[in-house]
Amino acid sequence: MSAAPATSPAAAARGLSRPALAALVAAGVVVLCIAPFLVKNYRVFQFNLVLIYAVAILGLNILTGYNGQISLGHSAFFAVGAYCAAIMMDRWGAPYWSTLVPAAALCFAFGFLMGFPALRLGGHYLALATLALALAVPQLLKYKKIEAWTGGVQGIVLTKPEPPFTFELFGSPLNQDRWLYFVTLGVTIVMFVLAWNLLRGRVGRALIAIRDHPIAAGAMGINLPLYKSTAFGVSAAFTGVAGAMSAVVVAFVAPDSFSSFLSITFLVGVVVGGLASIPGAVFGAIFIQFVPNIADQISKSAPWAIYGVFLIVFMYVMPGGVAGLGQRLFRRRSAAP
Amino acid sequence: MRQSQRRNLIKLGVASAVAAAVPPGAFAQQKKYDPGANDREIKIGNINPYSGPASAYGAIGKAIGAYFDKINAEGGINGRRIKYITLDDGYNPAKTVEMTRKLVEEEEVLLVFQPLGTPPNSAIHKYMNQKRVPQLFVATGATKWGDPKNFPWTMGWQPNYQSEGRIYAAHLLETRPGGKVGILMQNDDYGKDYVKGFKDGLGDKAKAMIVSEVTYEVTDPTVDSQMVTLKASGADVFFNVTTPKFAAQAIKKAAEIGWKPLHYLNSVSNAAGSVMVPAGAENGIGIVSAFYLKDPTDPQWQNSPEYKEWAAWMARYNPQASLKDNFNVYGYTVAQSLVQVLRQAGNDLTRANVMKQAASLDLASPMLLPGIRVKTGPDDFFPIEQEQLARWDGKTWVLFGKIYGK
Amino acid sequence: MEALIQQIFAGLATGGIYASVGLALVMIYQSTHHINFAQGEMAMFSTFIAWALLQAGWPYWGAFLATVAVSFAGGLAIQRIILKPVEKAPVLTNVIVFIGLLVIFNSLAGWIFDHTIKPFPSPFPKSSGAQLISPHDLGSIAVMLVVLVLLYAFLRFTSVGLAMRAAAQNPESARLVGIRVSWMLGLGWGLSAAIGAVAGMMVAPIVYLDPNMMGGILLYGFAAALLGGIDNPWGAVIGGFIVGVLENLLGAYVIGTELKLSVALVLIVTILTVRPNGLFGKTVVTRV
Repeated sequence: MSAAPATSPAAAARGLSRPALAALVAAGVVVLCIAPFLVKNYRVFQFNLVLIYAVAILGLNILTGYNGQISLGHSAFFAVGAYCAAIMMDRWGAPYWSTLVPAAALCFAFGFLMGFPALRLGGHYLALATLALALAVPQLLKYKKIEAWTGGVQGIVLTKPEPPFTFELFGSPLNQDRWLYFVTLGVTIVMFVLAWNLLRGRVGRALIAIRDHPIAAGAMGINLPLYKSTAFGVSAAFTGVAGAMSAVVVAFVAPDSFSSFLSITFLVGVVVGGLASIPGAVFGAIFIQFVPNIADQISKSAPWAIYGVFLIVFMYVMPGGVAGLGQRLFRRRSAAP
Repeated sequence: MRQSQRRNLIKLGVASAVAAAVPPGAFAQQKKYDPGANDREIKIGNINPYSGPASAYGAIGKAIGAYFDKINAEGGINGRRIKYITLDDGYNPAKTVEMTRKLVEEEEVLLVFQPLGTPPNSAIHKYMNQKRVPQLFVATGATKWGDPKNFPWTMGWQPNYQSEGRIYAAHLLETRPGGKVGILMQNDDYGKDYVKGFKDGLGDKAKAMIVSEVTYEVTDPTVDSQMVTLKASGADVFFNVTTPKFAAQAIKKAAEIGWKPLHYLNSVSNAAGSVMVPAGAENGIGIVSAFYLKDPTDPQWQNSPEYKEWAAWMARYNPQASLKDNFNVYGYTVAQSLVQVLRQAGNDLTRANVMKQAASLDLASPMLLPGIRVKTGPDDFFPIEQEQLARWDGKTWVLFGKIYGK
Repeated sequence: MEALIQQIFAGLATGGIYASVGLALVMIYQSTHHINFAQGEMAMFSTFIAWALLQAGWPYWGAFLATVAVSFAGGLAIQRIILKPVEKAPVLTNVIVFIGLLVIFNSLAGWIFDHTIKPFPSPFPKSSGAQLISPHDLGSIAVMLVVLVLLYAFLRFTSVGLAMRAAAQNPESARLVGIRVSWMLGLGWGLSAAIGAVAGMMVAPIVYLDPNMMGGILLYGFAAALLGGIDNPWGAVIGGFIVGVLENLLGAYVIGTELKLSVALVLIVTILTVRPNGLFGKTVVTRV
């Protein structure tokens, strides 16, 4: 159990020996553990958001990158996960860590059901159906009959969990944010390992086969409806876990946090990181977290214009995303003597 | 630790300088600083949606900055320059939390001024009060910002929506107590607050008087269908709780379908130049609305010295912004309130003193309507509570009746 | 009863708006096989250009034609300059570029023209008194039908139109028979930008011009186009009217205004699951 999935394939491919690989992984773990104590609290909070987005993007990538189904509705699953956690903590006093599994289960169910219309719809039609989901969910959350649960438009304010123990490192205490960093990091690693196991095996090959040639895949005996719906469910569950973590870390949920633009942001993250790439999700998350902030610093008058230019230029430079660039570089290196 | 050492050094140096240069009386007040303030500058943070669907409000953030530029050009506040740091949250509460923490923990601002919107402010409400950093003059009309007992570090500014709703109810009960009311509202906190105040104001009669209540979403292209429903309900009073675009559509559609109710329009959308004229100036004759600011597009103010001063400031410090945009009056006036708070705070620029001074304001501002004051007290965290009604006569808003509120 | 008829006509009027935007989407789909997310923002920006020309004292139809021409050139230029480098990249890379264009146009319009709402004139006579449908609504539906007929004739009866359809459907074979596929794509962009401009100028008098004018409308236009079938211009028009009327009736009589968008969307998705290619779309048969 480590951050290995993010580094090992590249490293292994470059022919590093096992001990060297182990040393590299260990160094990575140490850096990840020390990093939050070297920066300000607010940066730690940003790291937490990056980790959460990475899980959400990974979820969408399972569906879009590996299975070829475009979804503009993942903000809805993110919202369902977040509200599931928020309601459990706020109404029933459940501890924060206990909310993740119910959030995942609930979103899996929702996603699996959403998978059925998706079976019949391809491409743009699926994009519309999922976008409809993204638009409907914030509206439903505001609906007055369930306001007692959701808090309506005002949302739900939560309390951040206290760390179970505390110590100081480099003069920085283990406070709420740093504790949550470790929790989020742990959850992220678990989710990445799960995705890794799922996608590198039989299931992953089946999903890719369906993406590349559905009819041929069906002829080979792959159960298309089951695999496609399950892909939808698993993808939603990943994003739901990310949503639940975001409720804990941000300590607030409201319908305005989950606009359909969030779905588009996730899609940007998937493509920027690289389609069908597991480590790519981390780069996608870094992009969607930090690039809008940079744009804001450049211009107050038209920050979105700057962001748009960044996006387009990025697509020129790396049409296959960060992972695509990595592959290209690697291929070039291995071709050279 | 370092902070206090530096503070002591500064105190020492300053004390001797002050003793020599400043007239007696002024230095009776000892210099005290919290993070974000020192002898040279005061750091003020702000959060506004510069990107995304709510980016129209970005004008406020820029106007505030432009007003601080003017203050700095004129020598600052008690000799200190204002350093204004404004960040974009795109009206996304999660982003508001991130940006607020950047302002408080990295930039170390003295206070966070005018964060915009109810959901974004709700998201940071608890944090600001735990950190004991002023969340001052928030840009939303919700009622929960005036709760000094539980949230002593948060204060609103503009008249809250509920009390404005009550004003219309009071006027309605005076003029047409048997009216049948139709309501059009935006389906969010802002719409709900207005309608709650209105219903509270009608009291027991609310159930009997309100015959139809319809909503719209900001993504709706038009409110035509809702207007048809309202007319069909037989209502002869119309309470219009909409943002400018939808307000203009509603006024126009009412005229088109020949519906002529007693029409109350919320103050969010009563700009002459950017709502009433686009809606068709004749279509709006007789509409009643509440005011606290001077409308820059209303001809009745455009010859006043206050308007000219505002326009001169616009030309010099905010030349890119539109003279038609009410938000530039709003930003100008709210910035003046903050400047007054900081002036009053003098050399005691601690966060506690900022809140103390904010809670002891009694101020008239040039672009506030005559007779309306910014007034606060230790138990009164609602700075502007007064509004006056006006009726649209086809060219301009004609003020009438008393000033409501205290 | 009178209210019901008024609701239906109000629905037809807004349906006309959805139809015109849907039509622009169908157009670009026919010639590029992409759905352009920036379509709405481009139309909004074109309308601002028309507004600026009118402010400068141009006569209405002069500004109208100039805007259509400028939009055509602009659409062509966007394809040649901005989209060319990613022409061969995966579909999603293109989608991200569209999203980039969307935010750029939205942001630039707010910066250049500010966010206050602006009245936009209608070329048609003013409505007099209580009418079921205003002359502007009728006029814009007529304008749209003219566009539709012209478009149909262009795609059906001209060699350029044929080449465009060929380039979209099968770029490889089209290239082999000597069609300059890349320029056909550019032409498609130009045309759809021009249609978008017309739609924007017809919509703006009803909803008022501001940078977020097309945000909600694009979604409905998208729904209209898909409901009718993305490869069928007539389908988009009929789909638009269906969506407009359906939404009004649901909101007024069935479920109330709070949930009308959600329910309308659910209905559309349900219809699509039964007829996956839209009501009037062709079923595409793929070969293995």
